[in-house]
Amino acid sequence: MNQAPKTREPLFHLVKRDVTKKWIPWAIRAGAVVAAFILLGLMSLISLGVNPFKVYKYMFEGAFGDSFRVMRLLRDLAILLLFALAVTPAFKMKFWNIGAEGQVLMGGFACMICMFYLGGKVNDVLLIFISLAASVLMGAIWAGIPALFKAKWNTNETLFTLMMNYVAIQIILYTIKIWAPGGTGTLTPSAYGNLPAIGGEHFWFSIIVALVMTAVMFVYLRYTKHGYEINVVGESENTARYIGINVRKVVIRTLLLSGLICGLTGFLLVAGIDHTVSSTTAGGRGFTAILVSWLAKFNPIAMIFTSLLVVFLSKGMDEVMTQVGVTNSFFSQVVTGITFLMIIGCEFFINYRVVFRHRKNDEAAPAAPIPEAAADTAAPAPTTEEVPIPSETTQANAAEEE
Amino acid sequence: MENAIELKNITKAFGTKVIANKNVSLDLKKGEILSLLGENGSGKTTLMNMIAGIYYPDEGQIFVNGKEVTIKSPKDALDLKIGMVHQHFKLVDVFTAAQNIALGMKDKGHYSIKKVSAEVSEMGARYGFVIDPNKMIHTMSVSEKQTVEIIKVLYRGADILILDEPTAVLTPQEIKKLFDVLREMRKDGKSIVIITHKLNEVMEISDRVAVLRKGEHIGTVLTSETNEKQLTEMMVGQKVDLEIDRKDPVDPKPRLLIEHMTVKNRDGLNAIEDVSFTINGGEILGIAGISGNGQKELLEGIAGLQKVESGDVIFHNPKKNKPVTFFHKDLKKIKKMAAEGCFHYPDGTKVDLTGKSKKEIVRLVNEEQILFYEDEIIDLRHRTPREIQELGIKLSFVPEDRLNMGLVGNMSIIDNMALRSYRKGKSIFVNKKRPKSLADKIISDLEVVTPSDMTPVRRLSGGNVQKVLVGREISSSPKVLMAAYPVRGLDINSSYLIYNLLNEQKEKNVAVVFVGEDLDVLLALSDRLLVLSGGKVAGIVDARTVTKEEVGMMMLSRAKAEDAEALNLPTTEKKEDVE
Amino acid sequence: MAFVSFLSSAIRLSATFLYGSTGEIITEKAGHLNLGIPGVMSVGAAIGCLTVFKLLKAKVYSTILLILLPFLATIVAGGLMGLLYSFLTVSLRANQNVTGLALTTLGVGLAGHFMNGIKAESGIIARASKLYSNLFGIGGDNWFVEIFLSHGILVYLAIIIAIVAQIVLNRTRVGLHLRAVGENPATADAAGVNVTGYRYVATIVGSAIAALGGLFTIMDYMGGNWEYILEGFGWLSIALVIFTLWRPALAIPGSIIFGGLYIASSYIKGITFAQIELIKLLPYVMTIVVLIFTSIVGSKKAQPPASLGLNYFREER
Repeated sequence: MNQAPKTREPLFHLVKRDVTKKWIPWAIRAGAVVAAFILLGLMSLISLGVNPFKVYKYMFEGAFGDSFRVMRLLRDLAILLLFALAVTPAFKMKFWNIGAEGQVLMGGFACMICMFYLGGKVNDVLLIFISLAASVLMGAIWAGIPALFKAKWNTNETLFTLMMNYVAIQIILYTIKIWAPGGTGTLTPSAYGNLPAIGGEHFWFSIIVALVMTAVMFVYLRYTKHGYEINVVGESENTARYIGINVRKVVIRTLLLSGLICGLTGFLLVAGIDHTVSSTTAGGRGFTAILVSWLAKFNPIAMIFTSLLVVFLSKGMDEVMTQVGVTNSFFSQVVTGITFLMIIGCEFFINYRVVFRHRKNDEAAPAAPIPEAAADTAAPAPTTEEVPIPSETTQANAAEEE
Repeated sequence: MENAIELKNITKAFGTKVIANKNVSLDLKKGEILSLLGENGSGKTTLMNMIAGIYYPDEGQIFVNGKEVTIKSPKDALDLKIGMVHQHFKLVDVFTAAQNIALGMKDKGHYSIKKVSAEVSEMGARYGFVIDPNKMIHTMSVSEKQTVEIIKVLYRGADILILDEPTAVLTPQEIKKLFDVLREMRKDGKSIVIITHKLNEVMEISDRVAVLRKGEHIGTVLTSETNEKQLTEMMVGQKVDLEIDRKDPVDPKPRLLIEHMTVKNRDGLNAIEDVSFTINGGEILGIAGISGNGQKELLEGIAGLQKVESGDVIFHNPKKNKPVTFFHKDLKKIKKMAAEGCFHYPDGTKVDLTGKSKKEIVRLVNEEQILFYEDEIIDLRHRTPREIQELGIKLSFVPEDRLNMGLVGNMSIIDNMALRSYRKGKSIFVNKKRPKSLADKIISDLEVVTPSDMTPVRRLSGGNVQKVLVGREISSSPKVLMAAYPVRGLDINSSYLIYNLLNEQKEKNVAVVFVGEDLDVLLALSDRLLVLSGGKVAGIVDARTVTKEEVGMMMLSRAKAEDAEALNLPTTEKKEDVE
Repeated sequence: MAFVSFLSSAIRLSATFLYGSTGEIITEKAGHLNLGIPGVMSVGAAIGCLTVFKLLKAKVYSTILLILLPFLATIVAGGLMGLLYSFLTVSLRANQNVTGLALTTLGVGLAGHFMNGIKAESGIIARASKLYSNLFGIGGDNWFVEIFLSHGILVYLAIIIAIVAQIVLNRTRVGLHLRAVGENPATADAAGVNVTGYRYVATIVGSAIAALGGLFTIMDYMGGNWEYILEGFGWLSIALVIFTLWRPALAIPGSIIFGGLYIASSYIKGITFAQIELIKLLPYVMTIVVLIFTSIVGSKKAQPPASLGLNYFREER
């Protein structure tokens, strides 16, 4: 497959980075974030005419300025973190579940159904538990359907889960219009089945649940047998079969878990924060969560920081916009998008080093695998096909190169 | 006759350890068919890849039509009218034959797939190919795909054709057709190199035979002046004494009985057909054969990784007079087995558990009062690896493609140790303590070169990866150990370490199956030798007395004519030819 | 007569989905799943509108310029978005799903930001919309005219582009190479096809075409009034790609079906608001059914390109 006519040596070539020090990748990512912030400042200067340092100050104030703002930040952080935790086990298995949006919506929807039909008819505490169970179940069903088809017929999960999002949105829009036939399309908040307020705030529950779930997910993925199986299936299906893992079972089980957490998140959004449901209850966070989880390399602890980055950007930019008298979130969306793209782009430099022509490449460490040694000495032979090491597929998602 | 290609003193090495070709000088005359003969790993493909522009020689010169040339890419090769058909087809599945042939062509003028189809048909008529240019690749049989590959090369104007083991995937009838085509092409003035290790084909098709052994050119002979015996001797060479300390088996008893086993490969052909043999505990059964003659399917069939179409895999668990344990056996099952008369007390009387309380049975088991009356006999056919494991059968398997199956490249040595044992225990957590101590033990015992036990396996060298895998597989004190090419790509010291490990296992009464490619090693290590050829048993011989030539002849014997029909099975349409 | 009017409107709206899906088909045929299409369409629309706005502000009233310049600006904007996506996914080998989603975030944000900048005066854009909405300048009660001849230039262009795309993909050497790149890049590479080049060009061209869908939606369908509806239309376009089994020619009737379902509610008497939402659910459900059906049947012809979503790099082992 490797048949590059190398008539002249190119200006530079790429060498796979042998990451021995764990801090290097994070340092590169941090560098990308810093670069993004510099760019953000410059963009604000050009686009809004605000001194970059003022922008940073506003952002910080917007995010952490007072206790109210910190609370909002924490609340949004917790919800986004839950979304990200939900998609993570599936991603770790290389199952591209981009349907968290719909799974959360359906979870919230199930909660609302319980509130709507049972509110006032059953004990409120009981109602909360019924809603919780319904939400979790509904989220799991919504994720389980694509998983079932993936396991049985290898139906493309990316496209399937993507479509399921919009099915969920339409179902909710339909139901809301039945419940509120007035045509406003909004549902008045339910008076029943809401989570109790702690210290005057309704969303403490979300924060606590997010913290607990982060720890649970971290432990689940890293230390449990299930987590271990997810890892093996994601890395090598052949080896999974070899040691007798039922791959189909793991796929379905993991997606049910994903959906379950989505359902829980939907429950918290409806019962804990919004007290109602709408087609924007998830608010695109199902998609943002994919980026959050991926940027954190599927590490739940690191996800706290990547979610913080996203929430900080959004809250901070909101404040900047308020200061300059703009009342929409588009610029903050732009900034978020650019920051994402920069971090996505920087992953390349974590996996590869660019080696320029004049520099000699003499990196063949003694512990380097044979193909590397062969490739070095066999230059300009461009292939390593014959080297007695199983060649991994030449195509791979960059995400596989963790 | 003029030379189409002449190679002078070609040397090619991979890394510092593996010398693929050493000082090879060879020529291909215009309008002849030259067979390139040699065992696996003798450097045939590497040598030809240098002519095809895939590799570049470290030393030596290549002359094409008398002129010295530099071939740096397949394009350079094609410009010199040299084309190679590789073993792995490079075809787009959802394209037609004509579309695949047109792919990458940059000739001027209007693009018309009809024109290509017409030209392909014309070419087919000239050389006797039977090909439908508008047929989709994914609906084609292997032989049709190969035809497409050959036409692809011809369509690009090649006069010199190199075919890498073209017959390996073909049925006898298809081989006959291919040979007819090759003869037509020779008549047309094309020069052809055919890489093979099948002697009868060599004798049938070629004008001359060049023999390679361990990367060196042993000689070139006229086919009309040689015979199979001489070629075999050239191919396998003199026996080399390896000084492997081989003890006689102590009390070998049947452990695994393979009975009339048939396993299909991905193309739906019988890769293993009606194979029967016995594997004994306490001996090493070597499996010899040119690679791709069913070794992989045989082992994977036994291990439960491939569907066994017919036949049985009978496992004799040496349980006679051994106490029953609760390991993977619940009370209900023990009761059932007792009712069937499977157990006896130490004094020889039958165990009868009817009416006994649970507590009492538990006591009896714990005090080792219940013994097996006979060896446990289990048919492993239709059982998944998990089921085999849960039956308490310790079957260890070192697959050929280590990082693709057996190990997870991106996981640490410790985590890879846990692969076999992680399910143990009722806890929901993976116990990492045992894998860690196992990892450290293997690293020190087998001298694995690694920065730490947390290093991802993919970053280790081939030899060290193998030590990790073999180490893990023997750590569970298996009853059966199957190892496929465990020393492939390893240096001498590591190889000996693996041989010693296998011998140790044998002395522990393990039934060891060793699939190898180096006949010297197979003869020095094995007690008995099973020779596979075309998915069938060509012979089971005593490795101590058989000669290398005899084994060589068995390996190279083709399926007899009466088997031809059986081999010519229809192919399914599900297969894929790209890796 | 209602049916004629319905069909006419369905065909009109279909152009949005047709641009989006034709662009995405070209991209996906080369092996790249660009989930940034909603962002690309938004940015394309915004840049096109901005150009119209600037031209009107500069008192340029030439019909040709008011169509041509926004058209070119939209193409360039879409192409640049495609360039950004392909630089990240092809050259920097970034994960396609993640990059696409980030691109949508960026694109929707950018479009909003730009349009917000001219919000106060954006009303004047509507003045140019009639230039976009009726190419032949004829109307009337003839059913043939209403269904086939009453549309704006961008509607006809969408159909032409889809047909051209179908021919190029299936009847030309470029198309052959492009499909090979998306099916089996290693084989294409071995045959001497420039995989990187094809992937770049397919993504950029695809994005440029999709961006035109944005321009059409605002300038023609919305009558020059900016509204944030393009993100949803973008996702529907991606659904259409699956629904039409990666065939631009099928996308023509497919987009009319999607368009018809989207506007159907206005033509059904006595329909409730709830039922409208149910009709809008249909495109997604139909797409899922097609997706499931093709995977169960397993016909090779109806499958996504084999290496869709997978990056290709030669040096990798």
